[in-house]
Amino acid sequence: MHRFANPGRFQRIATRILPWTAVASGLLIAWGLYLALFVSPPDYQQGESVRIMYVHVPSAWMALFVYVMIALASAASLIWRHPLADVAARAASPLGAAFALLTLVTGSLWGEPMWGTWWVWDARLTSMLVLFFLYLGHIALMNAFEDQQRGYRAAAILALVGVINIPIIKYSVEWWSTLHQPASVIRIGGPTIESSLLWPLAIMALGFKLYFVSLLLIRMRSELIAARLRAIDMALVRRRGG
Amino acid sequence: MDQFRAFFDMGGYAAFVWPAYGLTAAVMVGFVITSLRRLRRRQRRLAEMEASRASKE
Repeated sequence: MHRFANPGRFQRIATRILPWTAVASGLLIAWGLYLALFVSPPDYQQGESVRIMYVHVPSAWMALFVYVMIALASAASLIWRHPLADVAARAASPLGAAFALLTLVTGSLWGEPMWGTWWVWDARLTSMLVLFFLYLGHIALMNAFEDQQRGYRAAAILALVGVINIPIIKYSVEWWSTLHQPASVIRIGGPTIESSLLWPLAIMALGFKLYFVSLLLIRMRSELIAARLRAIDMALVRRRGG
Repeated sequence: MDQFRAFFDMGGYAAFVWPAYGLTAAVMVGFVITSLRRLRRRQRRLAEMEASRASKE
């Protein structure tokens, strides 16, 4: 309990980094939105609906990125019992879940006019849905136990077991025949997407990443204070003998 | 005026593009607001608890 007694190095570093990541994220997303909505050209096949890509793809990348981060934190928690690892995983999980949900919903909004369907059980969409459920399970486990540490441990195990889903999502469009289009950005041989579309996408993606880092630092600080409050509560209860 | 209408119309895809952007913005802004609120609330509680502990000692 008392490892959270002092703010420590994390708080100092977080306080220094946060203003930069927050401002940079705001600027990048603002610039990205401007490029996405006003500058980038409509697609010759998809027309203006292609603009959904600029929120759909960054959300998807974040959903995957956050899960990998949680998996790494889970490993750090289980192997080295690093005190900040659980805090980071707890702080990150709802954000990852939100990005996964946004991916699915914006994807449906794009799919309906383009494919003529809101949903299809192809490998990409299904594995993304599974990712969303993994996030929900992770959050549920963290909150399911009286003993906080048990919750963290169970959640960490779930996160690591589920990590196989990440390469499945990534390669789903290659390994199975999917309605979802194949990779056009992160692939061997480089992006096939045109630069007038790639630039706004990259800027939005970076903006989303810095947004996540900023929010993670805020939520971790919040979680550390909550842990401290719990410790004080427990100490008071013990002192009263009750 | 025509330009604005064309912009909002999104080539006929307005019903899909704007909810996509709107929902994304709402969720991302919402998280910032609730996370900051929760942080402030916890900071206040911690300050109160530490103040009352200090006064008792």
